[in-house]
Amino acid sequence: MARSRKPSELVIEALVKASGWSAVVFVLLIFLFLLREGLPTFAEVKLGSLFGLRWYPIEGHFGLVPLVWGSIIVTLGAALIAVPLGVAAALFIAEVAPRWLRELLKPLVEVLAGLPSVVLGFLGVVALAPLVRTSLGVPTGLTTLTGSILLALMALPTIVSVAEDALDAVPKSFRVGSLALGATRWQTIWRTTLPAARSGVLTATMLGIGRAIGETMAVMMVTGNAPQLLLAPRALWSPSRSMTATIAAEMGEVAKGSTHYHVLFTVGLALFLISFGVNIAASSMLFKSRGGGGRMLS
Amino acid sequence: MKRLDAKTSERIAFALLGLAALLTVAPILLIVGVIAAKGGPAVSGEFIFAAPREGMRAGGVWPALVGTLYLTLGTALVAVPLGLAAAVYLSEYAKDNLFTRSIRIAIVNLAGIPSVVYGLFGLALFVLFMRLGSSIAAACLTLSIMTLPVIISTAEEALRAVPQSFRLVSIGVGGTRWQTIRRVVLPQALPGILTGVILGLERAAGETAPILFTGASFFLPALPKSVFDQTMALPYHLFVISTQVPGMPVKIQYGTALVLLVFVLSMNVAATFIRSHYRRRRQW
Repeated sequence: MARSRKPSELVIEALVKASGWSAVVFVLLIFLFLLREGLPTFAEVKLGSLFGLRWYPIEGHFGLVPLVWGSIIVTLGAALIAVPLGVAAALFIAEVAPRWLRELLKPLVEVLAGLPSVVLGFLGVVALAPLVRTSLGVPTGLTTLTGSILLALMALPTIVSVAEDALDAVPKSFRVGSLALGATRWQTIWRTTLPAARSGVLTATMLGIGRAIGETMAVMMVTGNAPQLLLAPRALWSPSRSMTATIAAEMGEVAKGSTHYHVLFTVGLALFLISFGVNIAASSMLFKSRGGGGRMLS
Repeated sequence: MKRLDAKTSERIAFALLGLAALLTVAPILLIVGVIAAKGGPAVSGEFIFAAPREGMRAGGVWPALVGTLYLTLGTALVAVPLGLAAAVYLSEYAKDNLFTRSIRIAIVNLAGIPSVVYGLFGLALFVLFMRLGSSIAAACLTLSIMTLPVIISTAEEALRAVPQSFRLVSIGVGGTRWQTIRRVVLPQALPGILTGVILGLERAAGETAPILFTGASFFLPALPKSVFDQTMALPYHLFVISTQVPGMPVKIQYGTALVLLVFVLSMNVAATFIRSHYRRRRQW
């Protein structure tokens, strides 16, 4: 549709096209450099000891199980809080709240999304941890649960806004039809709107959990940094150490090119692959449900 | 047990949903309120414009504040042109084919990569492989790549919102494709693009993990002199004084948190304002 182009336009268009490709290039670069620094691990540490139960790098124990377990527990705790709360809040904002309240709530949720994790971590240390310690009667407030609460706060904005978009996308005719059949508004929400939006709500849940697994600073500050293996309920009110926190806490002090350094990159590689999997799954679900994943990033 | 009638169960359900919404926003108000109340008394002209003293237990936040400003501007310098060009490509040039879909998948994945993994990547590529060292340059490049997906996706959305008729008219009066984009589409999409840019930079300004090993310095009383120097940064400074320095006065911690919060939230407010202001004035 365009007229004959000047050479300068061709240059510009080439630049624009190259920029479009940059996202792919960066993902590949990230993957390659994590591989480059992480792969030597498998030559230096026996595969069996990577699956060991002890993370104690100074004595050469590189068992990743406690770190993975720490990440799982703290994320699970966060999901238990944030998923029901976030979906319910999204239902309220999208379906129940009057317009003025909606206009008030949405920017507030966006503010929560904008809070730096280190600010939440700081408040976790000075305010939340003492509260957890006294109310649970445990020796330290720096526990997995404290981390889960902060992570839930960070996952909430993602869950609320993606779930709300999914609810908004449900055609009005569904609701009108249900109401016309004599259902109450709540019956309509519960039996019609929510089931119609379920794939979007599931996407919201996955993206929220994805965000929680990758969170670093707040978790590192409040979970007490003890890589240990405890069974599920007790693990919640004891200190733990997530994969992300381990990288952040230890990378600054290791010698470049040492085994410890390589293992930390392997942990990073695992995190990269986890987030890759979560996002592919979440976006393919969204593509399937309505042929486009436009709003899911913000 | 008797079944609740429909009206009563609706009332209970709505009350519970309302409670969930309240529980979601109450922490925000509480967090901002507590930091404002406890940090307010600590913040003064001296606190803002002075360097930390006595092992950071006295003095102010000036080098950290300036460092965060440098990092944010440096990130903008790289991420804005690149992100904008990528958005133009996706919105105005790309056909809906396998290549374009792989770009979209890449963007979604960039957005999901944990911030600490960006830190590892920055360390491996910029600090070590490209030999930039732990520096402002390495930190800005790392933050730029992290910010890129936010900028691309919001800018693309803004570009797509410009009605097709605008483009057709411009082409119809003899404009080339690039002239149409440059003179018609971009100006119309500017408010939306600006909102996305600010939200992306807001994230960059508040992040700690990506700069931990790429350019943030524990303590540096003097301001950096070049992009190859390390710098202090507000988020990292807050992390340091709230976990690494024993006997730190709480007042200074809250003051630092407040300065960071104001820095970040003012960007958030600006973005919200631009969006609502221009949405109201828009004529299409």
